[in-house]
Amino acid sequence: MRKTWWKILCVILLIYTFIAGLLTDVPRLPALSETIRNLYFHVCMWFCMMILFTASVVYAIKYLRSNKLVHDIYSRQFAVVGIVFGVLGYATGAVWMSYTWADPNNNSFQSFSAVAREPKLIGAAIALLIYFAYMILRDSIPDMDKRARVSAVYNIFAFALLFPTIWIIPRLLPSLHPGGENGNPALDFKDIDNNMRIVFYPAVIGWTLLGVWIVSLKIRLQLLKEKSLLQ
Amino acid sequence: MSKMKYLLMSFLMLMSFFITNAQDKVEMADTMRSNGRIYVVVVVVLVILIGLFLYLLRLDRKISRMEKEK
Repeated sequence: MRKTWWKILCVILLIYTFIAGLLTDVPRLPALSETIRNLYFHVCMWFCMMILFTASVVYAIKYLRSNKLVHDIYSRQFAVVGIVFGVLGYATGAVWMSYTWADPNNNSFQSFSAVAREPKLIGAAIALLIYFAYMILRDSIPDMDKRARVSAVYNIFAFALLFPTIWIIPRLLPSLHPGGENGNPALDFKDIDNNMRIVFYPAVIGWTLLGVWIVSLKIRLQLLKEKSLLQ
Repeated sequence: MSKMKYLLMSFLMLMSFFITNAQDKVEMADTMRSNGRIYVVVVVVLVILIGLFLYLLRLDRKISRMEKEK
């Protein structure tokens, strides 16, 4: 165990998130009702993904500046765990959406065609697919240095494409998903109830720390593997 | 050592007896059954979460041991 204080903080914050997230009072809005509690779980997945992808691109740039393979390992592991959180965010969003957006009077197939046109969903899917391509591109290059260089450059490209796909285009088009024309969902001070904020912010920190913890384990394992390969 | 374990076990058994006893007296009115039984969900979710944390901790320990061996 190394540097344990933030791991303990992660455990405490997440246990707090689950207890307070399920037990505190939330405002009951039409259609959403109690499902707004998903804010502590679904939204945090995307926050965590964004932070991990940012760390990944920082290490990609670091690799290009220093040519140290350690930075490449860091960059890859941050991207992998970022993808995991993105997929979790997508899956939880799919469940949440099917009980709040889908028209109960229509059959599910017809409401699916309406839901599938959501610009935010398409944007997020494109962003995730670009990162899937990053993994495939990496693993298809056998030479170590070439793989590190090409994937670092591609990582910067993928991160740059995150902005149009999940930040800009969804904000230009009308959508059922909150946020967009009127600013940031969840972060806007007029948008979110005060009682929810005292659970939401710790939840974001807790989930992000959990992601970083998993990343740190994967990095250490990979470093051990590479060491035994080199010797 | 084993004597201590026996003592502890018998103490725990006794405790569980007291808990079930208390439930018999006040029927269906303990915290776990109040408020639409949401607390049951909280406990289930916490068990999963703590299980995942223990798994992560074990992985962390294992990797630390591997790092020391190298």
